[in-house]
Amino acid sequence: MKFRVPMQIGVALALVFAGAAGAHAADKVKAVASFSILGDMVRQVGGDRVDVVTLVGPDGDAHVYSPTPADARNLATANLLVVNGLGFEGWMERLEKSSGFMGETVVASTGVTPRQMVEEEGGTPEEIADPHAWQSLANGKIYVANIRDGLIAVDPAGKAVYEANAAAYLDAIAKEAAAAEETLAKLPADRKRIITSHDAFGYFGAAYGLEVIAPEGVSTEAEASAKDVAKIIRQIKAEHIEAVFIENVTDHRLLDQIARETGAKIGGTLYTDALSGPDGPAPTYLGMFRHNVGALSAALSA
Amino acid sequence: MIDTLVQPFIEFAFMRRALIGLLALSLSAPPIGVFLMLRRMSLMGDAMSHAILPGAAIGYLLAGLSLLAMSLGGFLAGLAVALAAGLVARSTVLREDASLAAFYLVSLALGVLIVSVRGSNIDLLHVLFGTVLALDDAALILVASIATVSLAVLAIIYRPLVLECFDPHYLRSVSRASSPTHLLFLVLVVLNLVAGFQALGTLLAVGIMLLPAITARFWAEDMSGLIAVAVLAAFAASLTGLLFSYYASVPTGPAIILVSGMGYLASMLIGAKGGLLWRLVPRKHLKA
Repeated sequence: MKFRVPMQIGVALALVFAGAAGAHAADKVKAVASFSILGDMVRQVGGDRVDVVTLVGPDGDAHVYSPTPADARNLATANLLVVNGLGFEGWMERLEKSSGFMGETVVASTGVTPRQMVEEEGGTPEEIADPHAWQSLANGKIYVANIRDGLIAVDPAGKAVYEANAAAYLDAIAKEAAAAEETLAKLPADRKRIITSHDAFGYFGAAYGLEVIAPEGVSTEAEASAKDVAKIIRQIKAEHIEAVFIENVTDHRLLDQIARETGAKIGGTLYTDALSGPDGPAPTYLGMFRHNVGALSAALSA
Repeated sequence: MIDTLVQPFIEFAFMRRALIGLLALSLSAPPIGVFLMLRRMSLMGDAMSHAILPGAAIGYLLAGLSLLAMSLGGFLAGLAVALAAGLVARSTVLREDASLAAFYLVSLALGVLIVSVRGSNIDLLHVLFGTVLALDDAALILVASIATVSLAVLAIIYRPLVLECFDPHYLRSVSRASSPTHLLFLVLVVLNLVAGFQALGTLLAVGIMLLPAITARFWAEDMSGLIAVAVLAAFAASLTGLLFSYYASVPTGPAIILVSGMGYLASMLIGAKGGLLWRLVPRKHLKA
């Protein structure tokens, strides 16, 4: 007898939840994107059929993010999760498990040829995959295709819409890529060397023939040693590197110091791992790319 | 040999700046550490480092990466916590350490909350606290000014402060200087921590205040001796740690603190005053 009342409540609650879930499924697809750049891509492809929640927002650093209960709640009720992969979101696996996420997962970088980079964690150099694949527009196209297929898988009724949106978006990306190539090709070959505050431009550099040097390792977590800083200063002086760039997700004080000491100029802020807010210079993926190309070419051609 | 020691400082301005900042901090922080140690408040520095967080965070939210705003915010928050803890300790049954623990935990939670509400999650420690390799003019001036003010104030309140360390009841019975002295001392603690945080980073600020002071305890017994040894130990650790970071390619803040820590361990073993090794040497028994 004692258990009857709680059980009734339990059954009632279960019914309420089932009802809520049913009501939710009837309207839009709910997609969760791990960080702002993926969020923008999902929004472009999904259009009106998809509600997008972005876990790491504008100007946030997804390398060191710590998820909140609201994130877990969002994930638990989502149909689709879009992550970058390549070890970028180290915190995601645990969040996925603890939230009880039941939907489909899209790893946006699937099919990208990963670049290897050397990370010195604890003094021993280690080859790891560079996660910042979206910094090449060719990879961006792969991301978009993966996201399109993921959306179709969870919402087959919207197939035509997703395909049309993705096609238009892929066109826009191709145009942007052509424009970027044209702008950067104008730079003299001996000036294509830049320094950024963390190593996020490997793919970008490879795609457009820029040599990129970063004082800190792959992650924004690492603290620089005096030797690293000295090495970079020597390198800038020896190779006459024109410009250093700061990134929106990292502390720029160290880079300011390097610029002061070498006489290299600060070329402006590059958006690497996160978009700016809606009113900033890089509110979308393509907007970010345009901004970065503009800042690079302005600093290197001047 | 000399070349190895001097060459990095000749070649690189950032090494010279780091050294100057560290030397300035080594002048003012270790003497304060000595008083903290003698008053059995060694862990207070650590607690205060967390108490400063909400103020620095508010400064950052209001003014962005502004050294002055973050320092001022941190100073006010730290001072508020220190004063509140002191007040509670003097007017209720709670001891100062217990009330300090309560206040700093609340303060820390508040700081994390403020930064999270803003939504952006750039790594807190990277943004709110500086690094010794990136000292700019403003940071150097801040550290130097705080060191100067600290030393001047310390000279003025030196006598009552020493008295208060050894016999607070006596000081209270003969003079009304007890409370103002305690207050000024708390201000100095917070000031030096703020200087250390903004200029050098979290770990370094507390470390350079306390480790040299604790090391000095094994080499000197009177106040002036303790302070002199503490300042020298801080100088030595700063220089060695900086060079260690330069040649061995390890992060600078931890390197300096580790060198300082090794100095402490060595002093504990061989220190002239109460070092462990000397206890193993049999002494002559005193005869009646």
